Amino acid sequence: MSSISGRLLQTFLSYGVRILLLLLVVSIIAFALVCLSPVDPIQQYILGVGSVSAEQREELEDYWGVNDAPVERYMNWLTALLHGDFGVSLLYRRPVLDIIGERFLNSIALMFSSWLLSGVIGFTLGCLMGMYRERMTDRILKKICYILSSIPTFWLGLILLLVFSVYLKWFPIGFSSPIGITSSEVSLWQRLYHLALPAITLSLMSFSQIALHTRQKLIDVMESDYVLFARSRGESRFTVLRRHGLRNIVLPALTLQFASFAELFGGSVIAENVFSYPGLGSAVSAAGLNSDVPLLLGITIFSTLFVCIGNMIANLLYGVVDPQIREAQS
Amino acid sequence: MTKYINRRVLVIILTVLIAVVVASAFLASIFISDSDVEPDFSNTQLPPSLEHPFGTDWLGRDLFLRTLKGLSTSLTVGVIASVISAVAAILIGVASAVGSKFIDSVITWLIDLIMGVPHTVLIILISFACGRGLKGLLVGIAVTHWTSLARLIRGEVLQLRTQQYIAVSRRLGKSSGWILVNHLLPHLVPQFIVGLILLFPHAILHEASISFLGYGLPPEQPAIGIILAESTKYLSAGIWWPAVFPGLLLVVIVLLIDRLGENLRILIDPYSAHE
Amino acid sequence: MKEPLLEVVDLSVSFKMYDSLLERKELKVISDLSLTLYPNEVLAVAGSSGSGKSLLASAILGLLPPHAKIGGKMYYQGRRLTPALQKELRGSQLALVPQSISYLDPLMKIGKQVDGHKKPHPASDRIKLFEHLGLPKGTEKLYPFQLSGGMARRVLVSTAILSSANIIIADEPTPGMSLEQSIEALSMFRQMADSGKAVILITHDIDLAFQFADRIAVFYAGTTVETASSEDFRTGPSALRHPYSKALWNALPQNGFVPLPGFQPYAGDLPQGCPFSPRCPMSTPECQKTMPPTQKIRGGEVRCIYAT
Repeated sequence: MSSISGRLLQTFLSYGVRILLLLLVVSIIAFALVCLSPVDPIQQYILGVGSVSAEQREELEDYWGVNDAPVERYMNWLTALLHGDFGVSLLYRRPVLDIIGERFLNSIALMFSSWLLSGVIGFTLGCLMGMYRERMTDRILKKICYILSSIPTFWLGLILLLVFSVYLKWFPIGFSSPIGITSSEVSLWQRLYHLALPAITLSLMSFSQIALHTRQKLIDVMESDYVLFARSRGESRFTVLRRHGLRNIVLPALTLQFASFAELFGGSVIAENVFSYPGLGSAVSAAGLNSDVPLLLGITIFSTLFVCIGNMIANLLYGVVDPQIREAQS
Repeated sequence: MTKYINRRVLVIILTVLIAVVVASAFLASIFISDSDVEPDFSNTQLPPSLEHPFGTDWLGRDLFLRTLKGLSTSLTVGVIASVISAVAAILIGVASAVGSKFIDSVITWLIDLIMGVPHTVLIILISFACGRGLKGLLVGIAVTHWTSLARLIRGEVLQLRTQQYIAVSRRLGKSSGWILVNHLLPHLVPQFIVGLILLFPHAILHEASISFLGYGLPPEQPAIGIILAESTKYLSAGIWWPAVFPGLLLVVIVLLIDRLGENLRILIDPYSAHE
Repeated sequence: MKEPLLEVVDLSVSFKMYDSLLERKELKVISDLSLTLYPNEVLAVAGSSGSGKSLLASAILGLLPPHAKIGGKMYYQGRRLTPALQKELRGSQLALVPQSISYLDPLMKIGKQVDGHKKPHPASDRIKLFEHLGLPKGTEKLYPFQLSGGMARRVLVSTAILSSANIIIADEPTPGMSLEQSIEALSMFRQMADSGKAVILITHDIDLAFQFADRIAVFYAGTTVETASSEDFRTGPSALRHPYSKALWNALPQNGFVPLPGFQPYAGDLPQGCPFSPRCPMSTPECQKTMPPTQKIRGGEVRCIYAT
């Protein structure tokens, strides 16, 4: 047993190193891209605060290191980063890390609920499609999946907003909490109420992939030799699904779900913008539009970390759950 | 299997439909002069009618014509971006498969890297680096979209290289170039075309999303994403037509092209393709 | 004469296919196959690999893929074998012994898998049987991929022994085995038959089949061309009725290794009339007209108009 946990730790460490390396390269590329930009952050900053004196301007230039070589600027930025200083957001006038922390909570609520929702719905529908392959249920659900995967997230969000918020007035138009109330006063119910529509949008966008994947896996399982044998021993189709189907398709589905963090985050950027939901996604697009370089870089690094953790979990899961890999290691 | 015969017919129907939509979008963009989509303040926010099938927007511009023009812009961006990334994918995929182990691991790592950053974030970053505008949009979409096709091509080439007829050709003294042209390309060209067609809907969807966020094309350009972004301002007032029709048209064209690509893929390789 | 346990009358199995010219085509894999199975016997269905014999097992069990078309009639103890009856009999009266480890769920431990979903027998039975079959202790805790080939074969056979089934269909249980292993496997089926069950042994190994089987049905191009007692096969061509059976006998190593020229036709392009006629030394234009009917000659059944 201890050898398994030891090996797990080892894999964990090797992933850690790989993630750090990846983050380092991403930080270099992101920084280089920002340096390439013709947009002058100081000019943007000045536009934000109004007029500044020449002295103040110089001070700012000094602070931003505009006159330093890019490599030097990068090193300064990275050093600060490693000390936990992500800089101050130009847009929100607050430390980037604070903003990320606060908004990540909102985003994770949105992403987790839609992740769970799309996973459960997608998996269930995938099983249904696989069991009733080429029957009416399957044909209709398959078409729905194809159509959903051709709809841009933001448009689906707009339509849901139009139907459920504007016409039916079931849900609010935006924001994660009612306006004019401090965040401590917001009840869980109110949060959920504001979360619902963006979460539904996001899960509608992502469940078709998991549903189609599960469908195919289940069909492969149902056509496998071992299911033929199980059936020959008197197992009904549903017993087969319970005893063999789930066992063999849950793991690939779970892996796919964890490996889809990149799409999840990308989707949340769009959904948060449509629903004016104050999460990381709306912050990153605002940062880009308003040339808020520290925030843009911070969220880039953070979202990369998020995706990498998902991928790592997906890979580790495979090692833990698949007996073939697990027993081979021990 | 049972739909095999229908599939070819389906592909032909899809191709024709796509050709009609694409041709009308481009013809519209050529023949509709800018004056036809000029602001007309006496006719703002009219609901759909015979005269204005999609209604008019907040400046009184006809949304049908604007959507058609927007579609031609979106299609152009989509075509250019997906051609760039498909060409990059085939070059990188082949290089990864036939090159040295070092090149292969660098490329594999590069793919992991690009897959590791959420695409929307990366496109925002690239778009920012290019000072927004069309260039940033094109580069951003091209950079983020080549990876899966490159992986596919790499796998295909690696698999082809183990085939006996390749080994036989080598024994017969054929050069690598000869093998590439006579044995590899005939397999890769269909893969490339299908890959390109399947990249295209993704590219358009990303283009629309990013334009919607306010990156990419300038606001006065009639791109679908921009029309839809404008529509959000009037959504709460119950003005639904600027949000519904342009999006619907986009969904239809994306769906058609996606189905065409998938069906072609199954026709080319019925065994490995999922239904 | 004993009551037959299972009767298969004019069974045909076909698949709808599309060939490259996009023409719909019916691919007849099994055509007009008849056989009768009695208690206490091992009936070998012998024919070359890839001739669709395995589909016979699926057809009897009622587990053909949904796009298969099935014709003819089957009877179990005189009762018409309908899909409903097949469902009832699967696992209780009909048992399959599959050919390889791929028939075991890769993610389920052997013990749970052998016990099955209804656990018709106490776990102690399984433990006793595993011991009897020489499976090492702890086998029940292993996953299929951890079994050796020999262990996997015994595990697969154990499922049939533990079931109370009285018809056991063994689908190619011997390929990839050494002679000793094959003999061991076939002895297990012999013992089952001797204890009152009936075994259908689907195999391409005609040589081994006539050592262990009571009767042999020779399978050619989707149908049985001759059903004869093993005794006839041990005697040789003089006792056999169909030219293909004779050719098979002559092709055995110990009988001169005389190869039969030509190939077995693919299910898609069977010749008109007798499927063996293109390769038959006795073929006449008469043979190419219709499929020869089954006739009883000297206690065996044969499909050849010139059989003696």
